[in-house]
Amino acid sequence: MTTPLLEVDELCVDFALPHGTVSAVKHVSYRIEAGETLALVGESGSGKSVSSTAAMGLLPDLARTRGAIRFEGEDLLAATPKRLRRLRGNDIAMIFQEPMTSLNPLHRIGRQIAEVLERHRGLKGRAARERVRELLEQVGIPEPERRLDSYPRELSGGQRQRVMIAMALACEPKLLIADEPTTALDVTVQAQILALLKDLQQRYGMAILFITHDLGIVRHFADRVCVMRQGELVESGETRALFDAPRHDYTRMLIDAEPRGRKTPVTEDAPMLLEAHGVRVRFPLKKRLFRPSTYFEAVRGIELAIRRGQTVGIVGESGSGKSTLGRALLRLLDSRGDIRFEDTALGGLDSAAMRPLRSRMQVVFQDPFGSLSPRMTVGEIVGEGLRVHAPELTARERDARVQEALGEVALDPAMRRRYPHEFSGGQRQRIAIARALVLKPEFLLLDEPTSALDRSVQATVIELLRDLQRRHGLTYLFISHDLAVVRALADTVLVMKQGEVVEQGDTQALFEAPREAYTRELMRAAFLDAQTA
Amino acid sequence: MTSRSLTPDADAGMAGDSLGREAWRRLKQNKAAMASLWLLATITLVCVAGPWLTPWGLADVDWNAFGVAPTLDGGHWLGTDANGRDLLTRTLYGGRVSLSVALVATLVSLAIGVLYGAVSGYLGGRVDNLMMRFVDIMYSLPFMFLVILLMVVFGRNILLIYAAIGAVEWLDMARIVRGQTLALKRREFIEAAHALGVKDRKIVTRHLIPNAIGPVIVYVTLTVPKVILLESFLSFLGLGVQEPLTSWGVLISEGTDMMQTAPWMLLVPSVFLALTLFCLNFLGDGLRDALDPKTR
Repeated sequence: MTTPLLEVDELCVDFALPHGTVSAVKHVSYRIEAGETLALVGESGSGKSVSSTAAMGLLPDLARTRGAIRFEGEDLLAATPKRLRRLRGNDIAMIFQEPMTSLNPLHRIGRQIAEVLERHRGLKGRAARERVRELLEQVGIPEPERRLDSYPRELSGGQRQRVMIAMALACEPKLLIADEPTTALDVTVQAQILALLKDLQQRYGMAILFITHDLGIVRHFADRVCVMRQGELVESGETRALFDAPRHDYTRMLIDAEPRGRKTPVTEDAPMLLEAHGVRVRFPLKKRLFRPSTYFEAVRGIELAIRRGQTVGIVGESGSGKSTLGRALLRLLDSRGDIRFEDTALGGLDSAAMRPLRSRMQVVFQDPFGSLSPRMTVGEIVGEGLRVHAPELTARERDARVQEALGEVALDPAMRRRYPHEFSGGQRQRIAIARALVLKPEFLLLDEPTSALDRSVQATVIELLRDLQRRHGLTYLFISHDLAVVRALADTVLVMKQGEVVEQGDTQALFEAPREAYTRELMRAAFLDAQTA
Repeated sequence: MTSRSLTPDADAGMAGDSLGREAWRRLKQNKAAMASLWLLATITLVCVAGPWLTPWGLADVDWNAFGVAPTLDGGHWLGTDANGRDLLTRTLYGGRVSLSVALVATLVSLAIGVLYGAVSGYLGGRVDNLMMRFVDIMYSLPFMFLVILLMVVFGRNILLIYAAIGAVEWLDMARIVRGQTLALKRREFIEAAHALGVKDRKIVTRHLIPNAIGPVIVYVTLTVPKVILLESFLSFLGLGVQEPLTSWGVLISEGTDMMQTAPWMLLVPSVFLALTLFCLNFLGDGLRDALDPKTR
């Protein structure tokens, strides 16, 4: 019997925290053969990253490990720090989720990659530089000669991730651990990075341990899959077999968590609720005292019309101006062009004049951790809008309204005395929705409300939004980069790129027959074709 | 509790209370902080009431006891200074001055600095620029110059020390709070408050300041000792309290001169000062933790 490249055997990791021990990984075993791709899938808190961090010897001091992690037969948990340093970067390399923060901003990228070569291969000077150039070329960085001397800030997110990959590949490792390497990237960039990894894997014959929460990627990328949940290995198997016939309920739930269903369209004669003509938003880049300032135009003349009861989806990648447009429509940002809410022109209204309208148009943000003040109780957060818009209410009446709103989003009203940090991401998003709902708005701007949530939680939030729309006749503007979610929720879709609308139309028609190349590219990158087939 | 009596303003106080009441409950669980609170209260009480209880006055000279060491008989429990004045009495009088300077200057720096910094950071742009340049100008004025200027205009008065120290100490606080505010105002909960139509004033007081409170409290515990020492520095130069009135800083500086022959003159005021500062540090840490809902 051959020894596998990496064998994780009955691994347990406990964290000894002040208020007790938390088991992050419980008796997990898996193995990777040379040259294959194993995907470790799980939602946040499932312990999927912890097991690979343990293999690299990078766990925090609080961690206690049991079991074994064998790399080519050698137990890494028992290895000395010196031995681990020799292995890291040389035989086992790792790339991380955040390309924005995993490079040192003060050093040129050529220098950062060369550091690995110097440490493990003893390459210096000209030889190291030549090898770095070659690596940058392999990971598809244009003009590698020039980029050697760039600083990380001069590169885009995708390029930085390519640099990270070049650094990981510098010593031709036998195993590459990729911890959510594409999560922070746009879908089209994600597709490019995955293709690059696949290509390099074949060239170098290395094994990849791919850690992700995204089953869509796994299906196209991995040979075998391990599904983790709350520190335990739930199910593992060949990718195709696992997707075709998931044995465990949890796996089935994860696969089914892809948002389903379609929105029933509103009638043609539904009254217009929000109309926008030629909306432009620009940000000053450089302020000069006596000469005209230079501007960056984030939104360039958008036309938009939303009927009562409709859901309009806006899709686009980061930097497409979709969130800026949403904020401009609510007059959270200054903009030019006409915006009409029912019969009121919003242009030029100051904050006092906007105030009566604020209760009718509300917003839910992406980040459920940033959108709730950490020092207010849930009751205060939800009730704040009522203080502004219904000051005549007594404390008791307001409390009743808060309880009602929390009930609407399926949270226990007794929770209103607690603070946001005690809640999970999905619950926090429900609180944010309750804050908007308590004012009984007609129009709701949903700015990536499900993007920061796990797939299974996402499905329940989407269901909630749907249900609320049905019951209260709400009108949604749904901003997202996630095409699957938009397809399930929206009547019409706008595809945005660089501040302009590339394509728009009826959801079903647009998804079935996209006219523009960019839309098709987005869909291909999001692997939507796989599910429609 | 009838409905009409609870106007929005009245229950705005109630909402503020819920974090306050919660914080008090948690502070009570922190033994070190509670012990410090009680000790601090005791020291303050003794300093306020003590001088009436001791048989000696501030400037009373005991012609039979010059530079006497602490003793139980003779009435000078903590000894006398070189001029035969009761050290306990003088330390308690000094405590009144030091503690009140600390209290007033810190409150002034807290009130002005926090509000100024939060407003400056929140409004941003040109207003922020102007407000912070004003702070820079204040920084660039030499402290002594400011004090002497105040003396010339208003004459010698202990209130001037309060004013002078307060006028300088709020600058640091304003910068710290402004930095916090700049980081906070990009957060989505501030944007959500805008979307709710909350007034700017309320956003500053309800959302920004409570979330900036952690570093503020830590800084306050550093300000108090600084202020007490600053006062003794002024007094040393003859710009602060005048004989026969005294303060802990002045007593310590006198004690240092007599360290070799009369160590109690240094030890007695030093112990009072050190205890106070210890208590403030523990209390500050306790308060910071108690006001953060995440630590429980």
